[in-house]
Amino acid sequence: MKGLIAKQWQGRCAMGRRLSSLILALAFMMASHAEEAAHPDIPDTLQQRIASCTSCHGVHGEGTPETGFFPRLAGKPAGYLARQLQYFQSGLRKYGPMEYTVRELSPDYMREIAEYFAAQEVPYARSPMPRLPAEALSRGEQLVIHGDPARQVPACAACHGSQLTGVQPNIPGLVGLPYDYISSQLGSWRTQTRAMAAPDCMAQIANRLSAEDISAVSAWLAGRELPADMHAQAPGSVTPPLHCGVLEGQEGGA
Amino acid sequence: MKRVIGIIIVLLLAIGGWWLWREAARAPTPSPSGAVDATELKDPALIARGEYLSQVGDCASCHTAQGGARFAGGRVLSTPFGNIAAPNITPDRETGLGEWSFEDFWQALHVGKGRHGELLYPVFSYTSFTKVSREDARAIFAYLQSLPPVHQPAKPLGLDFPYSVRNSLSAWRALYFREGEFQPDPGKSDAWNRGAYLVQGLGHCNECHAPRDALGGSQASPTLVGGQMPAQNWYAPDLSTQANGGLAGWSAQDIVDLLRTGQSARGTAFGPMAEVVAQSTQHMHEDDLQAIATYLQSLPPRAARTAEQSPIDTRQMMAQGAKIYEQRCADCHGADGNGVPGIYPPLNGNSSVNEPSGTNAVRVVLLGGFPPVTKGNPRPYSMPPFAQQLSDADVAAVVTYIRRSWSNQASPILERDVSKYRHTSVD
Repeated sequence: MKGLIAKQWQGRCAMGRRLSSLILALAFMMASHAEEAAHPDIPDTLQQRIASCTSCHGVHGEGTPETGFFPRLAGKPAGYLARQLQYFQSGLRKYGPMEYTVRELSPDYMREIAEYFAAQEVPYARSPMPRLPAEALSRGEQLVIHGDPARQVPACAACHGSQLTGVQPNIPGLVGLPYDYISSQLGSWRTQTRAMAAPDCMAQIANRLSAEDISAVSAWLAGRELPADMHAQAPGSVTPPLHCGVLEGQEGGA
Repeated sequence: MKRVIGIIIVLLLAIGGWWLWREAARAPTPSPSGAVDATELKDPALIARGEYLSQVGDCASCHTAQGGARFAGGRVLSTPFGNIAAPNITPDRETGLGEWSFEDFWQALHVGKGRHGELLYPVFSYTSFTKVSREDARAIFAYLQSLPPVHQPAKPLGLDFPYSVRNSLSAWRALYFREGEFQPDPGKSDAWNRGAYLVQGLGHCNECHAPRDALGGSQASPTLVGGQMPAQNWYAPDLSTQANGGLAGWSAQDIVDLLRTGQSARGTAFGPMAEVVAQSTQHMHEDDLQAIATYLQSLPPRAARTAEQSPIDTRQMMAQGAKIYEQRCADCHGADGNGVPGIYPPLNGNSSVNEPSGTNAVRVVLLGGFPPVTKGNPRPYSMPPFAQQLSDADVAAVVTYIRRSWSNQASPILERDVSKYRHTSVD
């Protein structure tokens, strides 16, 4: 009898324990549910972390090809993108909102962000084109493919690759970009709101081009049929004709 | 008109100051005992301590230009009176501190006078640095003298008349500057005294976290009550954790977390404070951070703010703001405004949301951005900038909604305020 009572008691205790753990579990589930409701799960991804970048440049770095205002980042060489972030930090490139955004980022974090955008594969979109006379376009083609030796302007293709899709890891492609973007970058090298490590070969080139040349080059590049493979060429596959600080110790530079 | 009155006041002060200066010139500041010789300054332990202290004082932040050599000066500090470029403090003989003795350095830090006795502009915060001990000053000087010299001449002063007249500073000093090392309070704990020393002295927190009057002085107001940073257009919040203080409800750990990682359960560092955390406070020793928290927690309670009697009917703005908040903000900051712990800061009860001017909330909505990258938070989550997506009216509405929802009871924001901050330079 004594044993039975003890057994029943034990049983009741065990049931009580099970019941209380069930209640606890339920309470816990409800609590965590309530927490979830108040705070939607935030994914632990780089994409989530860099909302500050993607709200303008697009979740995959597609940019705004329709206006050309926010540049495409997708598929540009990682070394190039990381450098641009550093340049906004050091003031070589000037644009208030970008300078503010990158001000307190570490080199490691900037590198990771650059690699994220470099790895994105996004189809290229067409952008609005200016109406330029045929002579201007052929002048543009001449400059891009052959340069202008008389003005010491090398061909774009000499550095940016035979297909103009860029060269890993530091040289960006020039095709698939909006006219407004290309022309404003060349302009900003002249107005010194964009620069790179000295000697700044792009600043030299931009200053040797006339305003008409800049329009012509930008228009021809923006209107260019896109090659099937838009990826940047292999490292070391070009021999730059100018001495460029950014390419120091890499692709050389004569 | 305000400017004309300002010029008249400054001219009068300058004349008064000139007399004072004449007096002072007759009685040179006596050189304190304990001369420092050059071999002492080569002591590696002293140099290491100086490096740490220079981080606590965040010297590099002002004395380094964007993208420039560290400590070589050139960063242009804007003030309501004009621009002043920070000088080169590397040991270059011609353009830096190469010819300076420790006594020269002490005169600058403690007395606010240059090597030739000229009065220094108080954009160099000697109003705080005067509290730094001679021992700590010696370590900082040893560290600065150990740096590689960088030849970088000073940029010219960008001050308008009458502020360009250096001697007008003697009047300013008579009003706002009290020379003297920090005196510990024997009635308080060691941690409190250490915290007070760091906050009031080398940390120079009061230089931003206190209101400045028309002449740029902050002597009259109690310390750390918060204030508008005039040329930068940010508001440095009240740092009291007591009733009605800006940090009411913050624990010591919250303060330590923010200073060490840039983030805390109560709020996140951004704008100029992000730079302070990244360059300075994240490098501070745990016991120093705890000491700062101890001191801040002892700051007195503030008088209750009178409930905002706004003549503006905010109902329409609140409704519009609620809609925008739900679409743009709630995913991260939560419908309850409590944020996500460790990821997104709460807006409910946030000192920077509720600060009196509304500057911080408006500018953060416009600029978005990253909290500082620190060892404790190497890959922070960021906020989108809304400058391109929201109109001035939308920003005013959503900020008004945030400032007047949940426990928040701050003043509404007008469209014209947003327009002003939209055009503020980011530096």
